Amino acid sequence: MTTLDPLASLSLPGAGVPPRRVLPKAVSPSPSRHTAGSGLGPYRLFVVSWLAPVALVVVWEVLARAGWISPQVLPAPSKVLTTAWKLTLNGSLLLDLGTSLLRAAVGFAIGGGIGFALGTLVGFSRLAEAAIDRSVQMIRAIPFLALLPLVIVWFGVGESQKIFLVALGVAFPIYINTVLGIRQVDPKLVELGRVRNLGPIQLIRRIILPGALPSILTGVRYALATAWLALVVAETIGAQSGLGFLAMDAREFLRTDVIVLAIVLYALIGIAADSIARHLERSLLAWHPNYGDRR
Amino acid sequence: MSRAPAGSAVAASAPSRPAVVVTDLTRAYGPRVVIDGLNLVIERGEFVALLGESGCGKTTLLRALAGLDPVDHGRIDAPGEAAVVFQEHRLLPWDSLWRNVALGLPDQGARERAAAALSQVGLGHRLDDWPRNLSGGQAQRVALARALVQEPELLLLDEPFAALDALTRIRMHGLVKELVARHRPGVLLVTHDVDEAISLADRVLVMRAGIIAAEHRLDGSGDRAALRLRLLAELGVHAESEPA
Ligand SMILES: Nc1ncnc2c1ncn2[C@@H]1O[C@H](COP(=O)(O)OP(=O)(O)O)[C@@H](O)[C@H]1O
Ligand SMILES: [Mg+2]
Repeated sequence: MTTLDPLASLSLPGAGVPPRRVLPKAVSPSPSRHTAGSGLGPYRLFVVSWLAPVALVVVWEVLARAGWISPQVLPAPSKVLTTAWKLTLNGSLLLDLGTSLLRAAVGFAIGGGIGFALGTLVGFSRLAEAAIDRSVQMIRAIPFLALLPLVIVWFGVGESQKIFLVALGVAFPIYINTVLGIRQVDPKLVELGRVRNLGPIQLIRRIILPGALPSILTGVRYALATAWLALVVAETIGAQSGLGFLAMDAREFLRTDVIVLAIVLYALIGIAADSIARHLERSLLAWHPNYGDRR
Repeated sequence: MSRAPAGSAVAASAPSRPAVVVTDLTRAYGPRVVIDGLNLVIERGEFVALLGESGCGKTTLLRALAGLDPVDHGRIDAPGEAAVVFQEHRLLPWDSLWRNVALGLPDQGARERAAAALSQVGLGHRLDDWPRNLSGGQAQRVALARALVQEPELLLLDEPFAALDALTRIRMHGLVKELVARHRPGVLLVTHDVDEAISLADRVLVMRAGIIAAEHRLDGSGDRAALRLRLLAELGVHAESEPA
């Protein structure tokens, strides 16, 4: 089973300082597959790993039904499920979900595009680095969520505020990892490109971008996590639709079942985004000794 | 469309021009002069080996011939295409073998040409494999195929076998001989291995103090054991007189 860690990546501080990806040359630390000593096969370990979460949900359900936990504190899991079903049937859940996803996608595209463009520029040109990099690094020092009050003053609490915040959170990890990736491309391979008389476009397409891709995809993964975090915060502050609105609206009526539903959906989408990013890495980096074979 | 196998038609017709002519070449790193008024002609179809102490400037010369470094003074006339095989294979890890070989070729017919070149080095069955699945010798064979697919007039080899084990190296010698006989580029092989130079080259050069200090033609008649000792002596090694 893959080791998804959506919570670890979702609770990323600030714009996220990306960890250095292990380079092709280095020996990759093997993922934790150490079954030695446990005396159990991988299948049983898999079952064991699910015991605690399932038990927790069951206990929660039992306590809630027995009235030990007031529904205003935490509704039973089954109640959350039926609420989900009802909201799906009347269409409002899909609408809120779609609104949130659209905001995330638009913010990601804008922020990712800007981060990638600036990163490419700075990665290639020392002049661009001198002109741009210091400013970017200074802005990056601000935890981007701290800008929220200012962003609300600028944009109000409409769509642009949310998209701006998402884009801001996305742009930095993409920028940093793009610069890093381009700088890390093996100069010997670039020289090979010169020996083969590649023009600048071909050189970028055949050698520099593929060489930078592992790092760029790391940036994408971090950006997905920050995008989602930014969206949760932005929607919670003020919205007329979206998952955050769903939760905040429910708060007024003490509908904890709806609140829990929104939280669970945020988590599920975080997991989905992370696994999409991992899937991208695996398929785009099939050549890479650290991605192709393992997992 | 079909390319004549270089050598047959080309070498027979045109009054063969040299693959490269180096005139009074000088190259310095800062104040340190590494190549100091060097002259050299390599004919097409000629296999030249270049020996010299480590650090004497062999790679510097080869890089200048490849057009990778600027020329401080003097001239290099290399009318045709030059191809380089480096000590490291320098395969692109993200491209399949055939795409590696086809790097820089026009798209039209690239795969066919790469496939032909790869089968000449015995890897025609692994066109779509990744470089990371190759042994050192196989990777160097791909690098050789990548150089030859250009049909270069000048083939520059910078210690391409140095990192290989002894058996693989001997196999590579056979392969290179065969391929050079077929394509007939002018070859400059930089090596630190006297025996390799003698077994492959038509002409062996010794580089010292920034110039070609000695030159030996191998026309098949000479005494190879004696030449070996002379070359070693010119390289500053005074060996006992039994050949290895
Ligand atoms: N980029 C460089 N900058 C400064 N000095 C260099 C550079 N490349 C090579 N040299 C120096 O030039 C000399 C010749 O180097 P090189 O041509 O690599 O020698 P060889 O290939 O014969 O071992 C060496 O003394 C080396 O230290
Ligand atoms: Mg060298």
